[in-house]
Amino acid sequence: MIRFVNVGKTYLNGTKALKDVTFDIEDGEFVFIVGPSGAGKSTIIKLITAQEKPESGSVYVDKFNVGKIPDRKVPYLRRSVGVVFQDFRLIQNKTVYENVAFVMRAVGEPPRFIKKRVRYVLELVGIKHKADNMPSQLSGGEQQRVAIARALVNNPGTIVADEPTGNLDPARSLEIMALLNEINKRGTTVIVVTHEVGIVNRFRKRVLAIENGVIVQDGEGGYYESEEGRK
Amino acid sequence: MKKRRASPFTEFKYFLSEGVLSVLTHGLMSFAAITVIAACLLITATFMLVSYNIDVQIGKLQNRDQIVVYIDEELSRDDGLALESKILAVDNVQSAEFVTKEEFFDAFVAQLGDDADVVESMRDDNPLRDSFRVYMKDIDKHAETLKALEAIDGIADSNSDVELSERLVQLRSVVRTVCYSLIILLGAVSLFIISNTVKLALFARREEIQIMKMVGATNAFIRAPFVVEGLILGVTASVFVFSAQWIIYNYVTKRIAAGSNVLETVPFEAFRYPLALWLLVAGVALGLLGSVFTIRRYMKV
Repeated sequence: MIRFVNVGKTYLNGTKALKDVTFDIEDGEFVFIVGPSGAGKSTIIKLITAQEKPESGSVYVDKFNVGKIPDRKVPYLRRSVGVVFQDFRLIQNKTVYENVAFVMRAVGEPPRFIKKRVRYVLELVGIKHKADNMPSQLSGGEQQRVAIARALVNNPGTIVADEPTGNLDPARSLEIMALLNEINKRGTTVIVVTHEVGIVNRFRKRVLAIENGVIVQDGEGGYYESEEGRK
Repeated sequence: MKKRRASPFTEFKYFLSEGVLSVLTHGLMSFAAITVIAACLLITATFMLVSYNIDVQIGKLQNRDQIVVYIDEELSRDDGLALESKILAVDNVQSAEFVTKEEFFDAFVAQLGDDADVVESMRDDNPLRDSFRVYMKDIDKHAETLKALEAIDGIADSNSDVELSERLVQLRSVVRTVCYSLIILLGAVSLFIISNTVKLALFARREEIQIMKMVGATNAFIRAPFVVEGLILGVTASVFVFSAQWIIYNYVTKRIAAGSNVLETVPFEAFRYPLALWLLVAGVALGLLGSVFTIRRYMKV
């Protein structure tokens, strides 16, 4: 479960990214976080993954209080949240299999378990047949599938996808969203940060809309950009 | 639920393979780093060995070094013998051995061997003097001891290798100073080189590190391969230097032995284990310090 309570965040350069933001995301939910560039979407992800700490208020991720978490415990918080990036961030000199396997090694999983689990996850995202390929040999959609497999492989309770379709054409975008939806149906909480209104409206999930650091909409259904958002 | 966990051996294997991979990936930089560290260690080790050889020479000199003081002929033998207590009272005197002029003459004759006939006729009119063979505690105080002995009433003259031992002590102090300065200076150079190589590796793998952080790898897990890389650089240089030192030292000592029978050198076998240990410790220390400092400075987790 993720809980933001009256969260405020101002960066060193004076930018007020979040102002008194409060919301809960229950286990197993699918939530879109939407809003224009600079609205504060990325800050929410940074707070969930403890890359930043709140200036005021509290952020809870499962049993961790992000504002008070000691540095040595941060890795354990991050194991409960898988992250998918817009630019995939695959390691170019590792194969697809290695890209996914190495994050299991990074958390100390035993080798025989890694082999089984990686194959299973690659099959789940539909990329098992390309396990021995290098990332440069894959299309954008395929690379994003690998990135999703990597986020999933350690079995986190939550997956956070930051603009996962930003670099993909509409058809591939829909496939990736369908995949995330499928993952959500299996019990994983999915948070998708996007500014693509079309996708948001098509999937009819809970939408958290943020503009200028303030939550302007929180509810099931579509997203109707305000005048401010369209600017 | 019991948590699955890779065995420490599996993790060690992973760190080792990642460290080796990183060294090989930046082959040229690693080679340059190993060469520079090896050069630094080789120069330092050479000075240490020179210093060690001088130490051994001084030690040998100390063992056989003695001051011979001659007793004034005008003193009776009993009066001469009585000087022993005064000689022993001098600071730095270990022991003193009385040698009669007859014993001295016999020793002189024996030393001459076949040519002894020349002096044999002088036996009845022995021109030599009774003497004391004085042994010192510390050769470094040779000059002061000699002065104090000569100041005793009844001592007419003396004979010793004061200059040679003083020169050796001076040389040892110069070599030691150079040695310590080199350890500091070249140690700093080696640290800088290791640090730069690890920095390059960190830079090359910054994306990987970023991803590892995001998936919850612990700091120790992320840092370990870079520490291993530093260790590989340091220890490889040590091994190389030990082999090179072995070959160079044997070659140089053989040349010295062939060219002179005055200078004696210590065989390599006499100090190979301490040298190997010293080089290994230096390699490990340089590798660890160089990599850990760099990681702490450039990798904020």
